[in-house]
Amino acid sequence: MIRWLLGPIGLCLAAMQGLAADPVTIGVGYLGVAGTRSTLSLVEQPADNDGIAGAKLAIEDNNTTGKFLNQRFVLEERRIKEGEDVVQAATALAEHNGFIITDLPADALLKVADALRNRGTLLFNAGAIDERLREADCRANVIHSAPTRSMLADALGQYLVWKRWPRWLLVVGSHDEDKLYADALRRAATRFGAKIVQERTFEDTGGARRTDSGVTLIQRQMPVFTQAAPAYDVLVAADESEVFAAYLPYRTWDPRPVAGSAGLVPRSWDAAQDQWGATQMQNRFMKLNSRRMTALDMQAWTAVRMIGEATSRTNSGDVKKVTDFIKGPDFSVAAFKGTKLTLRDWNLQLRQPILLVDGRMVVSVSPQEGFLHQVSELDTLGYDRPESKCKLK
Amino acid sequence: MSPISRRNDAALPPPLAGEGWGEGVSTRESPQEERALSRIASHDAIRPPPQAGEVKTARGQSLRILRAALPVALALAAAPAHAFIAYVSNEKSNTVSVIDTDSWTVTKTIKVGQRPRGIEFTRDGKFVMVAVGDDDTIQVIDAKTQAVVDTLPSGPDPELFTQDAAGKTLYVANENDNTVTVIDLEKRTRLGDIQVGVEPEGMTISPDGKILINTSETTNMAHFIDTSSRQIVANVLVDARPRFAEFKHDASELWVSSEIGGTVSIVDPQKHEVIGKVNFEIPGLRKEAIQPVGIGMTKDDKTAFVALGPANRVAVVDIASRKVTKYLLVGQRVWHMAFTPDEKYLLVTNGVSNDVSVIDVAAQKVIKTIQVGELPWGITIAP
Repeated sequence: MIRWLLGPIGLCLAAMQGLAADPVTIGVGYLGVAGTRSTLSLVEQPADNDGIAGAKLAIEDNNTTGKFLNQRFVLEERRIKEGEDVVQAATALAEHNGFIITDLPADALLKVADALRNRGTLLFNAGAIDERLREADCRANVIHSAPTRSMLADALGQYLVWKRWPRWLLVVGSHDEDKLYADALRRAATRFGAKIVQERTFEDTGGARRTDSGVTLIQRQMPVFTQAAPAYDVLVAADESEVFAAYLPYRTWDPRPVAGSAGLVPRSWDAAQDQWGATQMQNRFMKLNSRRMTALDMQAWTAVRMIGEATSRTNSGDVKKVTDFIKGPDFSVAAFKGTKLTLRDWNLQLRQPILLVDGRMVVSVSPQEGFLHQVSELDTLGYDRPESKCKLK
Repeated sequence: MSPISRRNDAALPPPLAGEGWGEGVSTRESPQEERALSRIASHDAIRPPPQAGEVKTARGQSLRILRAALPVALALAAAPAHAFIAYVSNEKSNTVSVIDTDSWTVTKTIKVGQRPRGIEFTRDGKFVMVAVGDDDTIQVIDAKTQAVVDTLPSGPDPELFTQDAAGKTLYVANENDNTVTVIDLEKRTRLGDIQVGVEPEGMTISPDGKILINTSETTNMAHFIDTSSRQIVANVLVDARPRFAEFKHDASELWVSSEIGGTVSIVDPQKHEVIGKVNFEIPGLRKEAIQPVGIGMTKDDKTAFVALGPANRVAVVDIASRKVTKYLLVGQRVWHMAFTPDEKYLLVTNGVSNDVSVIDVAAQKVIKTIQVGELPWGITIAP
């Protein structure tokens, strides 16, 4: 309730900035979907506040900086339930907030982007990794702090090639997003000189994700499913739908490592990341949210920090000014990944190193040594400018 | 279903002919020699390319004795030089290495608390203070006995600190709670806290002692704090992740290094404005690898040395023109540095190669490398 009141007050304050010493209020909305999806592993089950918890921490960080610049950040959360109108929810959020962080499926995000286009609201896609949002369906009012499938697949591909595991057995789930991830992995194999020796499909026959007697069955199922494969170095699984991949490690017919959706997984962030000063960030997150930080938390944190970075550099809370700065050539943000993150100006995707994690440790960080690029080595991950189909409007 | 038939259902059929459980294939196509070669190649890939005269030992460690500098080093060993004592904090091994600058050897390794980083001698040279971040305290080492004798009440996760000219007051940056803690060094009590930006790190004090500088890494500011009122009087925005701040000896400029921004911002301490920047460019090295951290300036305010982190180099900067005149190849991930009191040598810590490089200041050459503990971080030399 207080936030709803503060919004309009903030706008008034922004207008009076020159006259009064009252802080400029910068409203940030967070639009997500209610409920969490089921994972095979109980420990990977996302918390109810997955994502927004990162945004909250970034609001705190921005406010610490903001007190020196007379800027105040306020977060307003909205979760849509099944059957609710996403556009209506977004429009209501945009009343009080010039910036909205979204964790929405691709189609919903596009609807929101088009509905808010003339309002000047700037959207930050923190959740969707779909390539098409940065390619044919890109939008000039959507900035992407989430990595893309191709960035994740390339990050993994570079490491597997560096490790000299060039022969991949690709196992693909039967859902659409699994197939999209498989496309990205095939592209990575071609780009970096790996060979997919065979592809197999794991059909989702439905049923409960966890049962009391599940393990016995899986222990028999997985070796049989992976037997009689041509010689390969690593099994790469594309299973975004959480149907089978987590069952593969230690159960393959041949003793081979697993990567992709289980085993060695590419992610924008991990609770085990402690390099480049990240420990302080992990500690702050834990103190605020009493749990560890996920990739989605980080993507939301980064989005809110991008706003904070731009408001402090421009010393302004004006959405247009801030948007122009973020899209401009001087923008960069630090996010505990050892290098500054910048935007790809052709599709507004945030360049970022990708971590390769095994659930306990950060095994490596891509781009890998030796994968060179004339502009930025970070552009060896994902679709590059010359291949892009994006025309920002 | 009987147990036996169940076992048959799940039975793993014998390996297909020629497959041999997949093992043989792997060995055949990736022979051991090739793997070994690839490992060496990758090891090399993370090092800078060998420079002229660089010596590699059997263990693959570069001695980095530049041919031209060799006679200098030999002459040094023979001449009766003033011996100084340097203390190096080793972040990962939880130790402090003591280096004798006469023999250039480690004479003692002192066990300290967890994650030692910021390290400094007291003004009287009697004690060495080392911030042990994971133990939330600063330990005090007696320079005579070279043993930990006391602790100071810092805030949580102390990283870097600075003291006033008299050596009476200590200011500590506490990374975990966005504060600077003020400590009375004589009474060893905490006098108070100053709220600053997110992740305070760099700390320095103006030559007249009136202004304390703190840099905050995520807020990207240099905070100017009045030491008498302990209030922030100005905030200057600098490039991303400011790590270290240093005044010119004549107090006319404040230099602030930005690790992620890749620059050193030069701030006018009166007007509180960035008036210039030092930029770095190393041919053949990607821009992201240039991450400035430690700064050292000669007493005549003519030459500055800037450690460039994973660029594995120390930049020599002409202070007047703010231009880099030379890059000195040192060890891997170079961070902090300290001059010997006679200013003949500059010692820099190389975190990844676990050593300290010795730079001849006048010749602007690296003359020696000394192996220390794991992840050497900070360094201080007895006054």
